[in-house]
Amino acid sequence: MRLSPATSQKIAVTGLWTLAAVTMGVLLFIIAYVLAHGLPYVTWEFLSQSPHRMGKEGGVFPIIVGTLMVAGLGVLIAAPVGVITAVYLTEYTREGKLTAVIRFGADCLAGIPSIIFGLFGFVFFAITLGLGLSIISGALTLALMMLPTIIRTTEEAVKAVPRAYREASFGLGSTRWQMVTKVVLRSALPGIVTGIVLSIGRSISETAAVMLTAGSALGLPQSIFDPARTLALHFYIMSREGISMSKAFATAAVLILAILLINLLAYWIMRRFVAKAR
Amino acid sequence: MKRDKLIGILLMIVAFSAMLGLGLIAVFIFLEGLPIIGKVGVWDFVFSAQWYPAEGKFGILSMIVGSLFVTAGAILIGLVFGLGCAIVLTQFCPRKLVSVIKPSIELLAGIPSVVYGFMGVLILVPVIRDYLGGPGLSVLASSIVLGIMVLPTVTSISVDALQAVPRSFYEGSIAIGATRWQTTWMVMLKGARSGIVAAFILGMGRAVGETMAVIMVAGNTISMPGSILDPVRTLTSNIALEMSYSAGDHRKALFATGVVLFIIIMILNTIALWVSRKRVWKGPRR
Repeated sequence: MRLSPATSQKIAVTGLWTLAAVTMGVLLFIIAYVLAHGLPYVTWEFLSQSPHRMGKEGGVFPIIVGTLMVAGLGVLIAAPVGVITAVYLTEYTREGKLTAVIRFGADCLAGIPSIIFGLFGFVFFAITLGLGLSIISGALTLALMMLPTIIRTTEEAVKAVPRAYREASFGLGSTRWQMVTKVVLRSALPGIVTGIVLSIGRSISETAAVMLTAGSALGLPQSIFDPARTLALHFYIMSREGISMSKAFATAAVLILAILLINLLAYWIMRRFVAKAR
Repeated sequence: MKRDKLIGILLMIVAFSAMLGLGLIAVFIFLEGLPIIGKVGVWDFVFSAQWYPAEGKFGILSMIVGSLFVTAGAILIGLVFGLGCAIVLTQFCPRKLVSVIKPSIELLAGIPSVVYGFMGVLILVPVIRDYLGGPGLSVLASSIVLGIMVLPTVTSISVDALQAVPRSFYEGSIAIGATRWQTTWMVMLKGARSGIVAAFILGMGRAVGETMAVIMVAGNTISMPGSILDPVRTLTSNIALEMSYSAGDHRKALFATGVVLFIIIMILNTIALWVSRKRVWKGPRR
């Protein structure tokens, strides 16, 4: 029996919508499940106290601080390097062998698994450079992981700046550097910030690389050379070693809320950017 | 003018840091891992399933097979759902809904892998154990969890590929009387072929490289999986599980596991880059 085109379209479209609906369902289910089981345990004490008995009691305050320090320092290192790379690729050179090599490097870096970054960070930053298992080792490793995303998003934002802006700037007699810093980067800023915000989100959820480079100490870090534990790693240890289910869920809820907020922030910046561009 | 040149050179030096990072990673992983592969022998390292670090036996075959099994299942799931979402988003979805579904899929990419693993343990593993048999911690559980995790990658690359197909192809097909589905199936998917292949390969790379979620749901026993309900250990989980208490040759062998993983990933990356550059027609430039 041959199906008529109209019938086969109906079947196909129904199937496709089912796939999309299942995907959305899984997302909503995960978020709802974690929040429902975790939020009741997220109290002010949980957020402001130190963990006791390996995390069985108490809160996650030092872990939040550790997460912020590792991810924050990582982005402080990655953002300037990434933005400069993107500006160089788009404004300072023509497409050629050189840009192909740089792009290849960034593309390959984007595909490398986090555990490999972890191994590398461990042997290079922690041992060879003598930084030990510390916030700075973790941050440097995360910076390498964030680099490709920041390069890619900055490039897209910079490319979206109209040609006329550049010509007008040159026409007024500015140098290339003045044109880039005062015109191009300024109008591409929201796009660049979106990329940076999204990579902060990525680095907060990273576990494997951080585990091998920043350690898993529970104390409050005093400097960037101290080891620290991040929220994602804390959650992993709590749930895997069965230390406390309620605290594990609470940690996951904090983590999911942070990711939600970061994504909303990025989305909001992007929307404003697009609205302004029109 | 002279100052501008100088700035250009400075920027170029910084721009090479991504390449430098990649190079350093390769050098250090190989420096740490290659000697032990030399000591054990390439053949015995890759094609022996005997992993007894205490006795100096380092064979990773069962983990290579484990990684392949898990990845194959994951990409199958990821491709069906990811491509399905991409087609819905680009062809059949009203614009208002696109602005809901697209950020949601990006959010799916932002959820930490440990949370996926945890959900897998809490919900998927008991269901598999009770209804299909086996310990629950299995190839199947890992494939499903990883499939969901690679879905956003597959979707976003496929969406880009489908959007790059020239509008005139679509209009031409509709004009000669094809339905929208016929157009999607016969014209759009064909036009986006290279991008979809790239999505497939990059999704595979993601699945091979994922660590924490797999540790939580795969069971991690070192043995050849006989069916999809058997527990397995993957290359990545081998490294993450044993790194904390390893020393000497054992630690070196874990780096050697990393070498094998690195080579697999670089091959996949290169194929993906090559495929997506080999596009027949790039579509109108924006």
